[in-house]
Amino acid sequence: MSANADRPPVIAPGYTPATVTDKISAVVLNKTPRWWYVGFAISFLAAQLLFITIAKLLVLTVGIWGINIPVAWGIDIVNFVWWIGIGHAGTLISAILLLLRQTWRTSINRFAEAMTLFAVAAAAQFVLFHTGRQWLAVYWLFPYPNTMGVWPQFRSPLMWDVFAVSTYATISALFWFVGLIPDLATLRDRSKHWFGKITYGMLAMGWRGSARHWHNYETASLLLAGLATPLVVSVHTVVSFDFAVGIIPGWHATIFPPYFVAGAIYSGFAMVMTLAIPLRKVFGLEDFITMRHLQNMAKIMLATGLIVAYGYGIELFMAWYSGNTFEQYMIHNRILGPYGWIWLLLLLCNVLTPQFLWLKKVRNSVLGLFFISIIVNIGMWLERFVIIVTSLHRDFLPSSWGMYTPTRWDWSFFVGTLGLFFSLMFLFIRFLPVISIFEMRGITTGHDFEEQAGEVKP
Amino acid sequence: MKTLDGPDFWRSLEEYADTPEFAEQLGREFPQYASEWDAGVSRRRFLELSGASLALAGLTACVKQPREGLVPYVKQPEEVIPGRPLFFATASTLSGYATGILVESHTGRPTKVEGNPEHPASLGATDLFAQASILSLYDPDRSQTITKLGQIRTWPAFAEELQARVKTHRAIFGEGFRLLTPTVTSPALAAKIRELNALLPKARWHQWEPAGRDLVRAGARLAFGQPIETRYDFSKADVIVSLDADPFTFGPGSLVYARAFARRRREAATGSFAPPRYYAIETTPTSSGALADHRISLKPSELHAAAAALFAAVAGKSADSSFPWVASCAADLIAHAGRSLVIPGEHAPAEVHALAHLLNDALSNLGATAILTDPVEAEPVDQLASLTALVSDMKAGRVDTLLILGGNPAFDAPADLGFVEGLKKVAFRARLGLYDDETSQYCPWHVNEAHELEAWGDARAFDGTVTILQPLIEPLYGGKTALEVLAAALGQPAAKGLDLLRAHWQKQHPDGFDAFFRKSLHDGFVEGSALPARAFKPVANVPAPAAAADAAGLEVVFRTDPGIFDGRFANNGWLQEVPKPLTKLTWDNAAHVSLATAKRLGVKNEDLVAITAGGATLTAPVWILPGQPDDVVTLHFGHGRTRAGRVGNGTGVNAYRLRAATGLWLATASVQKAGGTTELATTQHHFNMEGRHLVRTGTFEEYRKDPEFARRLEEVPTISLYPGFKYDGHAWGLAVNLSSCTGCNACVVACQSENNIPTIGKEEVRRGREMHWIRIDRYYEGSPDNPLVHNQPVMCMHCEQAPCEVVCPVAATTHSEEGINEMTYNRCIGTKYCSNNCPYKVRRFNFFDYNKDKHLPVLTLLANPNVTVRQKGVMEKCNYCIQRVNRARMDAEKENRPLRDGEILTACQQVCPTEALVFGDINDPTSKVAKLRNEKLNYGLLEELNTRPRTTYLAKLTNPNEDLLRKEEG
Repeated sequence: MSANADRPPVIAPGYTPATVTDKISAVVLNKTPRWWYVGFAISFLAAQLLFITIAKLLVLTVGIWGINIPVAWGIDIVNFVWWIGIGHAGTLISAILLLLRQTWRTSINRFAEAMTLFAVAAAAQFVLFHTGRQWLAVYWLFPYPNTMGVWPQFRSPLMWDVFAVSTYATISALFWFVGLIPDLATLRDRSKHWFGKITYGMLAMGWRGSARHWHNYETASLLLAGLATPLVVSVHTVVSFDFAVGIIPGWHATIFPPYFVAGAIYSGFAMVMTLAIPLRKVFGLEDFITMRHLQNMAKIMLATGLIVAYGYGIELFMAWYSGNTFEQYMIHNRILGPYGWIWLLLLLCNVLTPQFLWLKKVRNSVLGLFFISIIVNIGMWLERFVIIVTSLHRDFLPSSWGMYTPTRWDWSFFVGTLGLFFSLMFLFIRFLPVISIFEMRGITTGHDFEEQAGEVKP
Repeated sequence: MKTLDGPDFWRSLEEYADTPEFAEQLGREFPQYASEWDAGVSRRRFLELSGASLALAGLTACVKQPREGLVPYVKQPEEVIPGRPLFFATASTLSGYATGILVESHTGRPTKVEGNPEHPASLGATDLFAQASILSLYDPDRSQTITKLGQIRTWPAFAEELQARVKTHRAIFGEGFRLLTPTVTSPALAAKIRELNALLPKARWHQWEPAGRDLVRAGARLAFGQPIETRYDFSKADVIVSLDADPFTFGPGSLVYARAFARRRREAATGSFAPPRYYAIETTPTSSGALADHRISLKPSELHAAAAALFAAVAGKSADSSFPWVASCAADLIAHAGRSLVIPGEHAPAEVHALAHLLNDALSNLGATAILTDPVEAEPVDQLASLTALVSDMKAGRVDTLLILGGNPAFDAPADLGFVEGLKKVAFRARLGLYDDETSQYCPWHVNEAHELEAWGDARAFDGTVTILQPLIEPLYGGKTALEVLAAALGQPAAKGLDLLRAHWQKQHPDGFDAFFRKSLHDGFVEGSALPARAFKPVANVPAPAAAADAAGLEVVFRTDPGIFDGRFANNGWLQEVPKPLTKLTWDNAAHVSLATAKRLGVKNEDLVAITAGGATLTAPVWILPGQPDDVVTLHFGHGRTRAGRVGNGTGVNAYRLRAATGLWLATASVQKAGGTTELATTQHHFNMEGRHLVRTGTFEEYRKDPEFARRLEEVPTISLYPGFKYDGHAWGLAVNLSSCTGCNACVVACQSENNIPTIGKEEVRRGREMHWIRIDRYYEGSPDNPLVHNQPVMCMHCEQAPCEVVCPVAATTHSEEGINEMTYNRCIGTKYCSNNCPYKVRRFNFFDYNKDKHLPVLTLLANPNVTVRQKGVMEKCNYCIQRVNRARMDAEKENRPLRDGEILTACQQVCPTEALVFGDINDPTSKVAKLRNEKLNYGLLEELNTRPRTTYLAKLTNPNEDLLRKEEG
């Protein structure tokens, strides 16, 4: 433990498996706090915007947005990439960190996974509703044998997207649910209300905690982790192909896959942080989500942030080095064009701000981390705006250059997905354990699970 | 059954009759045969069948059977085959002058206008107005009934009242009876008017055309003493000087002039003869000027002096030194005497016209390149004087009856005349008009006019060729023609247009009339009716230019709108939305000024300025026009209508309010910044090529030295890891000659008409969602004071390696084995990825249900039945008129022969006055397009991206005067 001596613990001392279980399950089983109603009401109201916008889209189609020719993808796709990116932290935490036996992930993986799932749900809205004829896109994007004798076009990155995102959603959902089963059983056992007993009981799928159950559970969870691991890399790689396969200057770059993956993890951890900090406060879970977690996440953000900054640098360098007029103009336009201020803001948010994370003092400040995480979230949204809109609005032929201004329906759709995300999040924190109870039990002091979990010991 | 209790229910008559068959049927569990299927019927077969029947049950819901009874033809009309269009020869007129057209008719409904290749004013091409006339025909806002004070009346009621008026006037020899028409070239109509005049000797016929040719006539009077007509032969002209003319896109004969000039310039690149040289001396930029070898920008007030200086220089006198270009230009003219041409602009002062005639005379061009004939108009009068006389008579109460046949004088008469004020004093006012417009508003009687495409008539072309107008369809709203109204006035209210026309021509051709008329009708014109060339000698001395009065204000130049002309097409969405040449503005007009003037006034694009001239003030948005002379404002009139219809009301500002009788084309005005802005909709925001090799240009000199100069500018990738697709059959391609394109927009409207392209309105254009499949990109080169202008028509390139195709997730855009990049509309889900990935941005998206209007009953007739009308949320783009390719292919197959080169004309190619576009099979080495692609000037746009475009461009070649270039540089 000497190497970690100066670090805060992953769980406050003095907890036993029983007290851990009490504390976490109490969040679900106690009376609904008033703030929850307020928060949920606001989120649910915002989610209504989504449904109104979708109704409008189905009647009038995408003309209600600000998109045009040349900028045929606007903030709809910006939002899509943003949401998909956010999801990545959850998978990374639950899959890769599980395989790497990083115990500190235990207290944040559950809600990070939930966040993944809800972010993918939000992203899916854009995949479907950005199309002109949504009623056909619903099923024409999937390969199914049909009387028309046509298949989707497998060379299209959008096609790959459909597979990548749907696989991602499936695996994430399975992983999340499998991980929930032991805790659902705990809730079933502790629930006093008949409804809770029945509902949790059904969801627990007969979990009795026998050795065989645990064995199966461990196997399934490892397998799913193995399956999910490549997804951390592949999903955003495929999303980056949407652009990298394109011919447009600013899109057509080989650095996109790693650059996008790093950006996704970057924004994902920022979002986990944004959610974790208020969550631990309101539920009094500071003992479980400790400064150790926040510090670790800050370090990951710093690392991925640097990769992203390197990506920006390489784009600049390659434009100069390629000697290609179109590439050079693209960078020129990115910096000095009409959307130049967004690029500047992006550097501020994504490159400059995370540098504060070098300072231990900042890493130890909850408020500071909260602010930085929000700024990074904004920065990553701006990055996608720069990539998509700024590249499209001035491409090859100056005659077709144009501008793009989002309309209120662009924003209402975005706000609507935020509403959807937070509504689901509120439902989740109210009805399911936000922290994995059984895994937390495993890391309480005195329990020798720590050794099994591979915590380095002197 | 009878054993059952309750009332007797029966399932069929058979049952009721209790036939043994039915009894047997009841006895069987399944109907006959149903249970006798092969014993091998397994559970599987059963499921198959029930599945199939379920699917079939669903099918019945797919097709709604029409409930109306369908009645077949009792007598099948000749040659009407559904799906097979017929073409009828007729004419489209503009300001009286006819252009021969062929109109495509699908089972009785006209859908598309093409030029009549036999007609001397068309040669197969048309302008954009003729193309768009088909939309005006179906315009639901056209006036649909005869009204008196807004109440619906019948034709006999009108005829009766009109005859009563004529009878009253007859008693006083027609005193107080007046007729107002636009320019009339129609021999039949003129004869009818004279007939009426014979009946009412004191009646007077006035003519008014807002964009009339008064100055042309006045110039001819000045030079020759009579209003003779001049037409030009560009095919023989080596050096052309335009004195503020726009010969290739404005005025009668422009289609023919443009074709001849373009052909000469094109052929000079291949042939051995010298290329033509065109000097454009302009007071405001024109489309022809964009094609010029030299463009010189002048203030309108300097034009007369410049023309005089040129004349002096040609005559060997010392020229005015304020025009440094004159000496070189004159030397060039003299060197090409007899093969040169000086053209005055239609709006140039009469003196400039006279000087041009003198110049052509001095250069022995008269009779060679400038052909003089008798006037084409039936009654060439000074129309301004004619209208002024009418208004003063009306004001003085000397007019009791006024028949206004066409035109829209209440809107377009000079503002200071007070036409409406006078009109109100006339006791009986009747108006024949297509729309219940600004003029009809003040006329108690309004008679709805038949559109040209629904009417019988005739008109003369620019060279005098008599052109017959025949209707393509019965008048949709029972409209009448001017001929019929006059016949009614003469006591023949029931006379039909055809009979009146026949009656007139029978008098001219009594022998073999039927054969004559049939042939003329078939050809669309009367053979050999062009006016013969006549020899005239200029007589007059032209007054010297007045010393340039140093006026304090700015000079305002009035021009017709390049889209809606003088306002008559205001309710035509195609013409409103067509991006105007040079400015690329749609749906509006603006005050065009130079950059320096804008700076001086402290305004930028879209800022409002107040223009005050002759006591009237007009507030108009500014739009900076490079090449515009400083301190000159150009205003296009025609906009700002109040009773045009749903499309045309309230677009732009009404420049007629500033147009006074003293300055129809030019006024002096003070211009101030007015504060505020008006949003304008342009389709092109950026005019700089950014150092990219998009339009490649050179001089003939450079071309001779290095024929491949255009190709050298970019390296085209040739190596590929994979073998390319082999195009064994046809391989379609299109070559665009940039030396020829005037940017006249005829192709844009033709494409819109052929391919059912919707209009979307100003707001949507502002959002950058214009739908035109072909656009004319315009780039500037050089300083903004007088830049070179390059036009580049851009449509789908049909890349052999199309970036759009690989990214479509549903394979809605695919490559045909003939190399056409095809859109499958009903497969498209509208991800718009293809458009993002298109380097040329030629794809268009239905952001809304833009075709909503097409559900209006009358507009459903307009659509080309061979082209899908696209749904909302679907991508679309140019497909090389695939419907025409397939039609020709079917014809060739039926006749068991290969497709011939030139058999397939795309809509843009067919309409192009300059033959700038050539479509064909690039696999056929003898085809025109294959030869063009082999030319050294041929290059592909953005070919360096390895898209392998099938649409290619021939670099633009100009022939500047070296001497003058040196002077300009030094």
